[in-house]
Amino acid sequence: MNAEQARAVIERVLSRIAPEVDLLAVDPTESLTDQLAINSMDQLNLVLGVHEETGVDIPERDYPKLASVEGFVTYLVARGA
Amino acid sequence: MTAIGSTTRVAFETIVKQPGLSDVEPNLVDESALPHFSWSESAALDGLPGHCGLNIAYEAVDRHAFRPPEEVGIDKVAIRWRSKKGERRDITYAELAALTNRFANVLADLGVRPGERVFTLLGRVPDLYVAVLGTLKHRSVICPMFSAFGPDPVFQRMSRGNARVLVTTEAFYRAKVEGLRDALPELEFVLLVGGAADVPETFDLHALLDAASPEYTIGVTDPQDLALLHFTSGTTGMPKRAMHVHEAVVAHAVTGRLALDLHADDVFWCTADPGWVTGTSYGIIAPLVLGVTSVVDEAEFDAERWYGLLQDERVTVWYTAPTAIRMLMKMGDELARRYDLSGLRFVGSVGEPLNPEGVLWGRDVLGLPFHDNWWQTETGGIMIANFASMDIRPGSMGKPLPGIEVEVLRCDDLNEVFVSAGRVEVIVDADVEGMLALRPGWPSMFRGYLHDVERYEGSFVGGWYVSGDLVRRDADGYFWFVGRADDVIKSAGHLIGPFEVESALMEHPAVVEAGVFGTPDPVAGAVVHARVTLRAGYEPTDDLQRELLGVARKRLGHAVAPRFIEFDQNLPKTKSGKIMRRLLRARALGLPEGDTSTLEGAT
Repeated sequence: MNAEQARAVIERVLSRIAPEVDLLAVDPTESLTDQLAINSMDQLNLVLGVHEETGVDIPERDYPKLASVEGFVTYLVARGA
Repeated sequence: MTAIGSTTRVAFETIVKQPGLSDVEPNLVDESALPHFSWSESAALDGLPGHCGLNIAYEAVDRHAFRPPEEVGIDKVAIRWRSKKGERRDITYAELAALTNRFANVLADLGVRPGERVFTLLGRVPDLYVAVLGTLKHRSVICPMFSAFGPDPVFQRMSRGNARVLVTTEAFYRAKVEGLRDALPELEFVLLVGGAADVPETFDLHALLDAASPEYTIGVTDPQDLALLHFTSGTTGMPKRAMHVHEAVVAHAVTGRLALDLHADDVFWCTADPGWVTGTSYGIIAPLVLGVTSVVDEAEFDAERWYGLLQDERVTVWYTAPTAIRMLMKMGDELARRYDLSGLRFVGSVGEPLNPEGVLWGRDVLGLPFHDNWWQTETGGIMIANFASMDIRPGSMGKPLPGIEVEVLRCDDLNEVFVSAGRVEVIVDADVEGMLALRPGWPSMFRGYLHDVERYEGSFVGGWYVSGDLVRRDADGYFWFVGRADDVIKSAGHLIGPFEVESALMEHPAVVEAGVFGTPDPVAGAVVHARVTLRAGYEPTDDLQRELLGVARKRLGHAVAPRFIEFDQNLPKTKSGKIMRRLLRARALGLPEGDTSTLEGAT
C-alpha cells in the first residue's frame, strides 16, 4: 500500500464514522481530535475500521502514532499493508 | 429488566486498607464518627464578612486570597492550567480573586442583575473559570455548557434557561449561536474571548475585563439563592434544568474532604469538563473551597498526555471517569509504567459504575485502587463513596457519606417505586434489587427544575428523592449498581436523553419517526443507537444513512449524536403510540423481548 492508498482508506473509514467532517480542511500533520469535532471514541472506531479494511494489526501501544492523518499514513505504509 | 454494568456476582477480592500505610491520615477514618456528624462543622466555611450570608465564590476564592500568607500563602496556586500546546499558566488565589472581581464588575456594568442567567460555551480555558466564579460573586446564575455540544443542544439550553449573557469564543459563536440569535430574544450580551472586532452584537470580554475594577464587594447572599443551573437528561422531553443554590458549597466542601480525601497541600486533578456537573462541583468549586491547587487540562483525553500530566504536575489526588480508565487499560500497562506516578495517593472514579477490573487495574498498575462513587446532577455532590480509609469491594459504589440517608425502595414490574396507600416500601433484606432513594435535606440537593414544578414534584415519592438508578445493598451496607430504571443512556459518563436525539433526527425531511436507545460498549459503557422510519419516497441507502449520521453529529455534537443509525419501517409502539425503546434495545442485543402485552397490534 502506498501513501495515496493509505490516505484513501483513512478518508473512507472516517466518512463512515463522521460523515460531516471535511478532511481537506485539516492540517494532516496535526492531531485529528484537536481539529475536528470528533472524540476519542470516534478515533478508536477509525483505527478499528482501518484495521478491518486493510488487515493491518494495530496494537494499542501504537495508537499515539495515529493521531494525525500524516502519522496514520506513514504507519500504514511502514507496516507494508 | 435488563441490567447494564457491574451486576456480576462473581466475587472479586475485597481490597483491604491497612491503617497507617499512607503518610496522609484520611479525613474520614471510621464510621463511628457518623452519629456526631454536622454539615456546618464539617464544612468549616467562613460565610460572607459581616454576616452577609453564604456565597460559593467567596468560599472558593476570596477567603483564601485574603488569609495571612502563613496560612494559605499569598502565592498559593489556585488553578494550574495546561493549554492544548502544553503551556502552563498558574493562577494564584489572589489573582483569581481580582480576575473574578473584574468579571463581576463587568456584569454589574452591563446591568445584569442577580438571579439572571449567564451561560458559557468555552473549552477548559482560564476565562471559563473566571466567568463561573465571577458570575457567582455577582449572584447571577451560572450555566456552563459542554463545548462539544452542537447548535441544537446549545439553543435548547439557552432558550429554556433564559440566557441573558453568553460567554464564548468567536468560532463557537459563529458555528453554534449566530444563526439562532434572533430566536433568543432574552440573550442580550454575548461576550467573546479573544476579541469581537467584526462580529456584530458582541462584546470583547478582555476589553471589558481590563476596563473593570479589580475591587468588588459581594452583595448579601442568602444560602438559598439560586447559583448554578445544570442540564440533565430524562426519558421524556427535553433536558431538565436542575437548580442549585449557594448552600450547595457546604456539601462541596464536606464531600471534597470526606469522599475525595482532599487535604490543603494536595494537587488535585478532576478530568471532567465543567459542562457536566462533576466538572463544576469538583472541577471548580470543591478543590478551591478547600484551598488546594487544582489542575486544569484544556486538551481532550490522550493517554500519554494524561500520564505525563500526572507525573509532571505531581498530582496527588485524581478524580476521573470509567471511560478514561478503560481507555488507559487498553493502551497497556507498559505505557503507564514509563511514567513516575509516585506522587499519586488517592484515585477516584465517577460517571458510571467502574467495573471491578478497572478498580483492580488501578491497584496493580498505578499502585492505588480506584475509589468509585455515586451521585448525579440533582444531588449536586457525592452521596455514596468508597472513602480513603474504607475496604473496597471492587464494582461497588461504596457506602453513604455522613449526613446522607439512603434506602432501597421496592419497585413494580415497570421499575417504578411501588406505592401502597401512599407509602413506599423500604427493602431491608440484603441483595434485593430496588430503587436507590435519598432522604431530602442535604445542602447540595437540587431545589427544582426551572419552569417545571411538576417534574420536580414527580421526583419525590413518599418523602424520598427517587434517583432512577436500580441498586442492591449487600449485607455489609455496600451499594451495587444494577441498571437504570428509565431509558436515559449513559455514554462515556454523560447522560443522554433519547428524546433530544430523536427530535434532532426528525428534523431531517427523510425521517418520520425515530427510536433512540443505548447498547453496551466495552469502553464508553454505552453508545447511542438510533432506528429511524423513512418518509414515503425516501430510499434506505447507505448515502442517506451517512447523511443522517452527519446531520445528527452536526446538530447535536459528537458527545450526544448516535454512533449507529439503522432504518426500520416498523418501529414497535405501545397502544398509546409511544415508541418502545426498551424493545428496540432488546432486539438489537438479541435479548428476550419481555412483556409485550402493551405493544400495538398485540392481542
